[in-house]
Amino acid sequence: MRVLGIESSCDETGIAVYDGDFGLRAHCIYSQANMHSEYGGVVPELASRDHVRKILPLIQQTLCEANIDKKSLDGVAFTAGPGLVGALMVGASVARSFAWGLGIPALGVNHLEGHLLAPMLEKESPDFPFLCLLVSGGHTQIVLVKEIGRYSLLGESIDDAVGEAFDKTAQLLGLGYPGGPALAHIAERGDPERYRFPRPMLNREGFDFSFSGLKTSVITAYKKLPDEQVEQEKSHIARGFEEAVVETLVTKTQRALEIAQVNRLVVAGGVAANNRLRAAMIRMADESGVKVFFPRLEFCSDNGAMIALAGCLRLTAGQSENLEIRASARWPLMSLQPPA
Amino acid sequence: MEQMLTQNLNNSQETEACAAELACQLVPPCVIYLHGELGAGKTTFVRGFLRALGHTGNVKSPTYTLLETYPFASMNCHHLDLYRLTDPYELENLGLRDLLDEQSILLIEWPEMAQDLLPKANIDIALHYTPSGRQIVIQRLGS
Repeated sequence: MRVLGIESSCDETGIAVYDGDFGLRAHCIYSQANMHSEYGGVVPELASRDHVRKILPLIQQTLCEANIDKKSLDGVAFTAGPGLVGALMVGASVARSFAWGLGIPALGVNHLEGHLLAPMLEKESPDFPFLCLLVSGGHTQIVLVKEIGRYSLLGESIDDAVGEAFDKTAQLLGLGYPGGPALAHIAERGDPERYRFPRPMLNREGFDFSFSGLKTSVITAYKKLPDEQVEQEKSHIARGFEEAVVETLVTKTQRALEIAQVNRLVVAGGVAANNRLRAAMIRMADESGVKVFFPRLEFCSDNGAMIALAGCLRLTAGQSENLEIRASARWPLMSLQPPA
Repeated sequence: MEQMLTQNLNNSQETEACAAELACQLVPPCVIYLHGELGAGKTTFVRGFLRALGHTGNVKSPTYTLLETYPFASMNCHHLDLYRLTDPYELENLGLRDLLDEQSILLIEWPEMAQDLLPKANIDIALHYTPSGRQIVIQRLGS
């Protein structure tokens, strides 16, 4: 089965074609630079989340890169939530209409399920069951994945998501917004011992996280600095922050692996692109006899490929939906069911 | 008629208590603006507000989702965080106009990001850092 995937839940417009037999055929994330005039001209730069203008040219570009005709598609998958409802509705409307025009099924996919399954786009793909640490700008969750659609939430952030903590700390340090990657970059030359920030909730039972207090600790340390020291201390603060985040995530994940008694770990979502987190997870996994899987860097952030994959798995299993165009801002992972 | 209240807050419990007191006085429809730097306690204030109304779960920062809705028996509270808004046009993506009904209280962080596209505030709240904690200034702006 060959499925077109459409992601438009937040900032990125992502389109992909996934083939159940041959894997990923093509994927595109909208960027101003790579849109050529043949797909409808260079679109004037509008609001970053203006999916309406981007989505059709991007579908054409993706089909062209995959070198397939739209008539050879067997299904369309789109992100139906969670996300910004207006942004989701653009993807849902286009997906339903496109599929209806071709006489093929369309299926709404959960964005978080897409992230969980993203490592299955790689050659070395995890078998079920596995534990997933989902870390992004909007989510911080530890999920036990028994099979597609059977998820148990072991823990989550009770306040700020970890990616949000990265971005806001970066903003504070004058690195722009969203500046998570820039923060990780300057942390490279920081001293890990200079600032020791709290490891929130590390000593508590359970697998919940809290990153709001860490953000406040960083702000407090930063505000105490005399002006002339701000520049030189930035990288140390960034490093201290990163150390606190990584240790918290790794320790809780390790405990969850022991409790859940699984020996496969997936780290997914935008923060899974962080080098220090990847290295620490690999080290912990090696010591614990666990195999760890990451999506490739470009599939850590939002993309159409993970939606095409999740849709393909569910459509192949026979799942179907009526023609209603719908999307929901909230759609908890735990409410999902395995495909019928 | 404008009324202004200023209070010092020594910790997050006091921020939540202050919010709880306000929550018990308000009836929908009502629009509340929340101003303050990163970490000033805006989300903490909203947490206290929602807990006082009977919400028992987590109150997550809506920075990425921009909007979290909390349904109660007689009203809905919509917690908005416009920090990430790059263009006021994006408020359309949030379905802002669907939120403005007689049963709703809107708590809006970073309202300045939306320029003049937001409904006018009934209550304007500012949180500031002080050497010993935070200071809150609550202004009631007419009805």
